[in-house]
Amino acid sequence: MTVSRRMVLGSSVAAVLAVGLAGQALAADPVRIGEINSYTGLPAFTIPYRNGWELAVEEINAKGGVLGGRKIVVVSRDDNGKPDDAVRIANELVTAEKVHLLAGTFFSHIGLAVSDFAKQNKTLFIAAEPLTDAITWEKGNRYTFRLRPSNYMQAAMLVEEAAKLPAKRWATVAPNYEYGQSAVAVFKELLKAKRPDVEFVTEQWPAQGKIDAGSTAQALAAGNPDAIFNVTFGPDLSKFVREGTLRGLFEGKPVVSLLTGEPEYLDPLKGEAPEGWIVTGYPWDQIDTAEHKAFLAAYQKKFNDYPRLGSIVGYVTMKTAAAALERAGSTDAEKLVDAMQGLKVDTPLGAITYRGSDHQATLGAYVGKIAVKGGRGVMTDWRYADGAAYLPPDEVVAKRRPQ
Amino acid sequence: MGFLVAQFLSGLAHASSLFLVAAGLSIIFGVTRIVNFAHGSFYMLGAFVAYSLADRLSGALGFWGAVAGAAVFAGLLGVAVEVLLLRRLYRSPELFQLLATFGLVLVVQDLALAIWGPEDLLGPRAPGLEGIVRILGRPFPQYDLLLIALGPAVLGLLWLLFHRTRWGILVRAATEDREMTGALGVKQTRLFTSVLFLGTALAGLAGALQVPREAANLQMDINIVVEAFVVVVIGGMGSVAGAFLASLLIGQLQAFGILIFPQVTLVLVFLVMALVLVVRPYGLLGRPQAVPRAGHAPETPIAPASQGARIAWAAALAVLLALPLAVGDYALVVLTEVFVLALFASSLHFAMGPGGMVSFGHAAYFGLGAYGAGLLMKHLGAGMVPGLIAAPLAAGLGALVFGWFCVRLSGVYLAMLTLAFAQIVWSVAFQWYSVTGGDNGILGVWPAAWAAPKWAFYYLSLVLAGGGIYLLRRVIFSPFGYALRAGRDSPLRSDAIGIPVKRHQWAAFTLSGAAAGLAGGLYAYSKGSVFPNLISISTSVDALVMVLLGGVQTLTGPIVGAAVFHGLETEMVRHTDYWRLLLGVAIIAMVLVFPQGVVGALERLRPRRPGQAREEAVAR
Repeated sequence: MTVSRRMVLGSSVAAVLAVGLAGQALAADPVRIGEINSYTGLPAFTIPYRNGWELAVEEINAKGGVLGGRKIVVVSRDDNGKPDDAVRIANELVTAEKVHLLAGTFFSHIGLAVSDFAKQNKTLFIAAEPLTDAITWEKGNRYTFRLRPSNYMQAAMLVEEAAKLPAKRWATVAPNYEYGQSAVAVFKELLKAKRPDVEFVTEQWPAQGKIDAGSTAQALAAGNPDAIFNVTFGPDLSKFVREGTLRGLFEGKPVVSLLTGEPEYLDPLKGEAPEGWIVTGYPWDQIDTAEHKAFLAAYQKKFNDYPRLGSIVGYVTMKTAAAALERAGSTDAEKLVDAMQGLKVDTPLGAITYRGSDHQATLGAYVGKIAVKGGRGVMTDWRYADGAAYLPPDEVVAKRRPQ
Repeated sequence: MGFLVAQFLSGLAHASSLFLVAAGLSIIFGVTRIVNFAHGSFYMLGAFVAYSLADRLSGALGFWGAVAGAAVFAGLLGVAVEVLLLRRLYRSPELFQLLATFGLVLVVQDLALAIWGPEDLLGPRAPGLEGIVRILGRPFPQYDLLLIALGPAVLGLLWLLFHRTRWGILVRAATEDREMTGALGVKQTRLFTSVLFLGTALAGLAGALQVPREAANLQMDINIVVEAFVVVVIGGMGSVAGAFLASLLIGQLQAFGILIFPQVTLVLVFLVMALVLVVRPYGLLGRPQAVPRAGHAPETPIAPASQGARIAWAAALAVLLALPLAVGDYALVVLTEVFVLALFASSLHFAMGPGGMVSFGHAAYFGLGAYGAGLLMKHLGAGMVPGLIAAPLAAGLGALVFGWFCVRLSGVYLAMLTLAFAQIVWSVAFQWYSVTGGDNGILGVWPAAWAAPKWAFYYLSLVLAGGGIYLLRRVIFSPFGYALRAGRDSPLRSDAIGIPVKRHQWAAFTLSGAAAGLAGGLYAYSKGSVFPNLISISTSVDALVMVLLGGVQTLTGPIVGAAVFHGLETEMVRHTDYWRLLLGVAIIAMVLVFPQGVVGALERLRPRRPGQAREEAVAR
């Protein structure tokens, strides 16, 4: 729909009239949500994400909005992939755009920067995508809640599968920054707890986006491991898969790989998707539940494209905001934060809860194996791993959060 | 044994890819002296175009045709850029073309996203070379063998081209002495255009040849360009053989380095570059740069502010002081950032302009300042005031140490050494978790309660940044500043009258670093957090863009440049998804309209001082 100047003029006149005529005009004021993400930095992930939240907002407003008829308006901004830009934008959204709450972010450090801003400004922040454990644990705060299953949760899901393998000698390859490092650390810790007999024989830390895939693959092979834990993704992953496959690195070796089953990362590999890898992901075309089918149909109708995992995340982020607003019965930040504690939200993947203890949602992930069908990678033998089962109990996380 | 050989060969294949990109960059710089920041963009476009062509054409001929087509496409684009853009800037101040190519990078990033979409595009493997061969029992890709052969083959062809053709001889002559070559009647424009074709076609070829190895993606440009510069500098700017040697060195160090110390991947190339430059100031095979005799217009000596300028400054200050009464909090937030960035840009300008030392790594001192404040808060619980005192001290100390090495070099080599140091500082901040928090940064660096309101921090920044800029200005017109400028304009004569040039440069470098550190400290408190990206290359480039945009030969330039650049960026981000495209176009437009920088162009419009024309004539 195009918005003409006349329509804007007309609606502002109407708004003025409404304010003047009716005492309950406040109820018709929209609820404003500030949204920040790396749209230019990571378009492959964030554009499907934006589609997701646009769909959610459309659905919410079509049903009459929230808080007795108030529409939701999202003010969305690109953070340029920089935490300092994100903080400036958060400032703009809160002070100039007068948003009632903040949501979004992809990169962990940007999520952390905005979460600290939220704490300082006493504004609710729903961190949609950042994976770092710190955002809910070591650096957690009252005003920040996180939706996506964390690094720890996804690694724990994979450890469950890895422990079933006979492999004793493990190699790891992960991008050389916090995400990769904490994923490997959690994987090692949890796997050793389940299988004291395993050892980690070699590790590789390519710089993000700059993997020298041939050398890395050979260096891994030289350690003569029984199995490999992979955390690389995006362009590094496709390079690593190509060079590793050519060099026979994966022959007879199980590979356990974080996020690789997500369409964002799996689809670019096309027919070269690495068969047999055990991954976390999102088999969007095979999920048979009623709530997912409804979501899929609505998404395909609106965008004429299939959803990626980011679409789910964006969709659920705005559904969360709407649920929190309804539960709080207000746009007051403190009431919203209270409402977020233990908030239940229905999602295309099933019902989730935002834990009161560490502000982590119990959204799960799908764990399965990669196969190639019809010239593209798909997930097989998958199951939905409910996030609640992979989170440490409340008393444990309480110790990790600042008091 | 087989493993070591395979690793060695992998290193060679990597080296060949690097060499193709670096050779093009080196040739372009050697002849035109353009620091082509957009070289990576040609590489990326090469990969995307090859992907699209290979997708449409079929068979072996199709694939190799696609590779060749991509290289030609990149070359023709290079020609277009030279004719339409760069040609107009050869008389601009040194490095000004970097600004134009920076704008180009932004434009290409958004165009590539618009044309090819956000997803990574995995192309076909090279027909006939999909498989492996066994070398001492180890599997090794056939395609990598081709790459290994290609590196020396291209080197050989370039050698023949430069030594056995008339064109090559002219190019070498132009590399040695541009002015003399021109004086002998060689048409420079045509030479430059053809050099741009060759250089960018090599970049496009390198990108196209990556298609069988990696998915074409939107980060390829930035990921390759810095590494290519490093290779060129290690080898010696303008030396193709040097670039080859440096590629081999980097390729092998990478292949074997990860066996011994896998974490080294982030910083390896920069460590190597720093070491090489400290030992060999002109790279492995480089020679001292010939000083261009009339490469750009001679600088007009800067003059103290006139009466009119003083009144204008006072009026501007009065407006800024009154502004919090009139505008909202968000405007104050943006203006606070502009003050901080103006100080940052002014500090870089102090080193670049009066000091004559271009820094590609000025973010190091900005970041050291921010981390100085942040670490004091994190580990000692210190408040804002000690933090803001520590910031310039930490950065000044860093500049003191790094400056000692840097002032021994000159020109682009000096600039690249500053970049190497900045990357080393960055990787320390990025990897030293227990102290710096790694890439999760330091949180909770908020101002003290009295400075927490936006208007209070606005005034604090105005006072500190304004004070810093004023101080730098005073230094420029102090005896130290005059000596510094003398040393820049004529090192030999300055030396002869007893000015210790290097020591003056070292002191100026340190002062510049300390001022950048103050800016970094203020920035940290305005954001509440400190992350390694403050030290990243893009922060350094932003500062450089601000200085060049304003005009490097003026004192007001960096302030105007910071305001224009930051204002444009923040406003465009608010209103459009294609803000990079618009910002890039805006920069290119400004470059074409103001080839001396914004303030530089405005000053040309002013009535001239009596006697100025004669001074300039003498200077010529």
